[in-house]
Amino acid sequence: MQVSSSSILPPGNVIQAQPLFLNSSALLRRKNGVLYCTMKSTSHSHTQTATEEKQQQKSPQKIKVPPQKQMKEVSKIGADYEAVIGIETHVQLSTLTKAFCSCPYSYGAQPNTCICPVCMGLPGALPVLNSKVIECAVKLALALNCRLSFSSKFDRKQYFYPDLPKGYQISQFDIPIATGGSIDLDLPLEFGGGHRRFGITRIHMEEDAGKLMHSGNGSYSQVDLNRAGVPLLEIVSEPDMRTGIEASEYAAELQRVVRYLGVSNGNMQEGSLRCDVNVSVRPIGQAEFGTKVEIKNLNSFSAINRAIDFEISRQVNLHSQGQQDSIVQETRLWEEGAQKTVTMRKKEGLADYRYFPEPDLPEVVLTKAYMDSVGKSLPELPEAKRRRYEEMGLSMQDVLFLANDIAVADFFDATIQKGADVKLAANWIMGDIAAYLKNEKLSINDIKLVPHELAELIASIKSGTISGKIGKEILFELLAKGGTVKGLIEEKDLVQITDLVDIEKMVDKVIAENPKQLEQYRSGKTKLQGYFAGQVMKASKGKANPGILNKVLVEKLNAKV
Amino acid sequence: MLSTLHSPRSLSRFPLHLTSSVKPRAASASSASSLSDYPPPPLPAAQSPGGAPASQILTVRRSLLSGSVTATQLAESYLSRLRLTEPQLNSFIHVSDSVLKSAQEIDDKIAKGGGEALGPLAGVMVGVKDNICTADMPSTGGSRILENYRPPFDATAVKRLKEKGGIVVGKTNLDEFGMGSTTEGSGFQVTANPWDLGRVPGGSSGGSASAVSARQCVVSLGSDTGGSVRQPASFCGVVGLKPTYGRVSRFGLMAYASSLDVIGCLGTSVADVGIFLNAISGHDKFDATSSKQSLFTSINLLESKPLSGLKVGLIRETLDDGVDSGVKSAINAAVLHMQELGCIVNEVSLPSFSLGLPAYYILASSESSSNLSRYDGVRYGKQTVSDELNALYANSRASGFGPEVKMRILMGTYALSAGYYDAYYKRAQQVRTLIRESFKTALETNDILISPAAPSVAYKMGMLVVSYYS
Repeated sequence: MQVSSSSILPPGNVIQAQPLFLNSSALLRRKNGVLYCTMKSTSHSHTQTATEEKQQQKSPQKIKVPPQKQMKEVSKIGADYEAVIGIETHVQLSTLTKAFCSCPYSYGAQPNTCICPVCMGLPGALPVLNSKVIECAVKLALALNCRLSFSSKFDRKQYFYPDLPKGYQISQFDIPIATGGSIDLDLPLEFGGGHRRFGITRIHMEEDAGKLMHSGNGSYSQVDLNRAGVPLLEIVSEPDMRTGIEASEYAAELQRVVRYLGVSNGNMQEGSLRCDVNVSVRPIGQAEFGTKVEIKNLNSFSAINRAIDFEISRQVNLHSQGQQDSIVQETRLWEEGAQKTVTMRKKEGLADYRYFPEPDLPEVVLTKAYMDSVGKSLPELPEAKRRRYEEMGLSMQDVLFLANDIAVADFFDATIQKGADVKLAANWIMGDIAAYLKNEKLSINDIKLVPHELAELIASIKSGTISGKIGKEILFELLAKGGTVKGLIEEKDLVQITDLVDIEKMVDKVIAENPKQLEQYRSGKTKLQGYFAGQVMKASKGKANPGILNKVLVEKLNAKV
Repeated sequence: MLSTLHSPRSLSRFPLHLTSSVKPRAASASSASSLSDYPPPPLPAAQSPGGAPASQILTVRRSLLSGSVTATQLAESYLSRLRLTEPQLNSFIHVSDSVLKSAQEIDDKIAKGGGEALGPLAGVMVGVKDNICTADMPSTGGSRILENYRPPFDATAVKRLKEKGGIVVGKTNLDEFGMGSTTEGSGFQVTANPWDLGRVPGGSSGGSASAVSARQCVVSLGSDTGGSVRQPASFCGVVGLKPTYGRVSRFGLMAYASSLDVIGCLGTSVADVGIFLNAISGHDKFDATSSKQSLFTSINLLESKPLSGLKVGLIRETLDDGVDSGVKSAINAAVLHMQELGCIVNEVSLPSFSLGLPAYYILASSESSSNLSRYDGVRYGKQTVSDELNALYANSRASGFGPEVKMRILMGTYALSAGYYDAYYKRAQQVRTLIRESFKTALETNDILISPAAPSVAYKMGMLVVSYYS
C-alpha cells in the first residue's frame, strides 16, 4: 500500500483533554448512577474517525466554563423557549465479516491487516452483501417497532476522502430498509424520572470508512483501511427530544437495545456507537422549528447531554438578546476540554453526494416469513424487561439498574427462576456483587458465582441455616473461587447455631470469664451488652444466630440481678 | 454480430488473406502484404464440410491429443507470429513471459498420459483485454493512471479460462477504461486493423479483435458496455459475442458502467466463441449480479441444427438513414441466406430504439463518474506529489486520465447532480425500461432479432470526429 508522502492533511490537532477532572461539579451531574458506569469519557486516542476529524479545527483549549453558570442558563429555558433535538446514530455491527467482503474486523488490529481487494477498492473488485447485515437490520428494526421495506436498495453516496477507498460509500438513500418506529425509555430518578417515547424516522444499512492517522508533527497522514467496509446501521430519530438528558438517555437506550440484540457491542470509545445531534430552539408556542445546528464529536453519553445543554443555552441567549438571526445552519464541534461547542463549518447542506442506485448489488428483498422468523428470535427487550421487573414489585431504581445490562438482567432472571426472593436477589446483585465487579473490573459473566448458587445462598440465609454475615463471606468465596453454597457450609462448618442450649452454654461461659464487665453492666453500663454479644459471636466463630444470642444474653445478664 | 461484414470463411486458412481494397498507409507500405507472409501456426487448415469455419479450439485439442503438435510448438509459432506482426498492429499492451512455461505444463500432462483430462481450452492461446485483471501481468485499463499497476488477483473469467487450460498470451489494447470505439483512446498506443493498417480496429476491444483477426491468439476476452465487443469484431472480421448481462462474472473487470458492463468473447468461428463462453460463464460468488441460470444443459456446439421455421426479426430502425449501403447489402445478403436455410424473416419495428443511444449516454457517463472515483492517486496508480489533499486528487487525475475519460466523468457528474438528476439520470432509467419492454415484446413474436453490429466498416485512423460512444 502506497501512502502519500506529501502532507495530505494538516490535521486539526485537536487533542482532547481528559474531561473528568476538569470539572468536578459537573461530575455530580454526570454521575447518573450506574447507567453511565461504563460510559465515562476517556482520553481521546490519537486515531480519530475521519468524518469527525476532518471537520475539526484549531481552537483555544481549556477555556473553563463554570458548570453552575451553564445550569442556571439551562434552567431559564423552560419558561420562554423550547429546544427541539433529533439524533442520527451510527451503530457498528459486530458481524464476523465486513459488509461486502469476507474480511474479519477487530478493533485495534495492526493497520491494514484486515483488508482485501474489495474493501481496498482495487480496480475490478465488487461488493457482495453479507446477509448477516440484513439480519441485524431486521432485528433492530423490529426491536424499534419500525415498518420494514419488503424491497429496499443500496445507493452510492459520493465524495472524495482518503479513508473512502472507492470514492463512494455504499449506503441506502431514498428507500431504507426500515421506517417509522419508536423507542421507549425511563429517565433516571436523579433527573426526575418519567417514561418517554421517542419516534424513529428510519434505519438504513451502510458501510464504514477507514481511518486516517496523522504523524506527530502533522507533516503527513497515513490511511488505515481496516475499518473500511465494516457494516453500520444508521438510526435517525424524530425531533422528539427536548433536553440534553432526554437525548443522552435516548442514546443509552439505543445502546441497551443493540446490546440486548447482540448486533453491536455499542461501545462509544471504540466508535461502535456514534451520535450526531441536531438542536434548534423556538419560543414556546411557535409551531415551526428554529434554525437547526448539528453537533459532532460526541464521544460519551455525558458529552451528548452537556453539549446539548450548552448549545440550547447558547441559542436561547441569542434569542433572548434578539439575535436569533445569528443562529445559522451549521455543524458545530463539541470541545470536551472547553466544555463548549464551536463552529466547524457553515452552510450545511451544500454538499451534493450525487446519490444513485448501486448497480453492483441487487435489491434487498424481504419475505414475510423471514421477518416473522427474525421477530420470533428476538430476546426480551429492555423496555419489556423493565415493565416486568416493575410488576414484580421492584423499585424504579432497582429496575433501571438490573435492566441496564443484559448480562446482569440474565443473571438476575436466572436467580429468581431458581426460586430466590426477588427483592433479596436484587439487593445482593446491586450491592455486594456489583461492588465486587467494580473493584475487580469484571463483568458479571466473568465471575465464578452462578445464579443457582446465589439462589441457594439467599435461601440458606432466609431459612436460617447460615447468618447474613456468613452469607457474605460465602458470597465472596463463590465469586472468586466458585463452588457450591452447601459445599462451603459443610467444608467450613458454617451452619448457624440455633440450638438454644448450645447458645446458653456459650453465653454462660463468656459471662463467667468476664466478671469485671458483668459487674459494670449490672451497675448500669448496659452498653456492654454489645461487648458480650461480640465475645459470644467470636466464640461461635460467627455462627451463632444473632437473634437467639441476644435474647439469651439479655436474659442471662439481667437474670441474676 | 450476424452482420459481420467479412465472410469468416476467408479467415480459416493461413496465411491471412488481407483484402487490398484499401491501400495501406505509406509508412507501413510493406505491412499489409508482409503480414500474410508470416508462417502460420502448424495446424491443419480446418474447415467443416459445409464450408463454415471450423473451431480452432477443437483443432488445437485434436492436434495435441493426436501428438501431431505439442503445446510448446503451438505456443512458439503463435509467439513468433505475434512478434512479427506486433510492430505494425500494436494489439498488445503487454505480452506474457510465461506462455512457454504454461505450454510446457500442458505437454508434461500429455506426456504423463493425462491427455484425456485436459481442459477444454488446453493449449489455446488467449488474449485478455487490459481492463480485465490478471495477477501475473500489469493491468492498466489502457490508462496512464494505472501504468505499471499489477492486481493481486485474476478476474474470475481469467481464472476460469486458466483452469480450463487456456494460456494467456498477453493484455490487449483498448480505449481508456473501455471508453471509445476506435482504440485510439488508449493511453499507450494506437492499434491498427490487420485488414488495413491505415484503419482502426474499432473499439473499445480493438486490441482483442485485432489480435484474433491477425492470429496472434486463438480467442480473446473483450468487454462490451455499449458495443465494445460487437463493433470491433465487425471491423476486424471476426466473431464477437456479447453475452447476456450477468452471464459472465464481472469480478476483475475494471468497472466502466456497472449496470451495462459485460465480458465477451472474440474468435474466428461461432463454435470457438461458444466453447469459450461456456468455459468462462456461470455464477460467481464474487459478483452479486452474475446469473445463477446455467447456460448450456447439453452442449454440442458443432452439431448443425435446421433453421427451418426459426422466426427472425430484422430491426428496421437499424437500417435507417446513416447506415452504409455496403452494410445494408451485407444484411440483406444475410437475410436471403437465412431464408434459404428455412428461416422466416420479418421486419420488426422498435420505435424506442433511437432512444437507446441518448439513454446509454447518460447512464454510462453517470456510472463511470462514480466508478472512476477510486483512481485518486492515494492507494495505487499514478500519484502526483502535491502539497495538500485536493491538489493531490486534482493533479493525479488530471495527469492520469485522458480527454475522453475526463469528458465522460464531467458529463456523468453533471447528470447526477442535485437538480439535474430527475431530468437526466432518472429519465434515462425510465427510457431504459421502455426499451427493455419493447425488446421483450418483439421477442414474443420472434425467436431472434438481428441487426448490423455497426453502421459502417472500419474508419480510417484519426477520422472519427463524433464519438460513437461504446
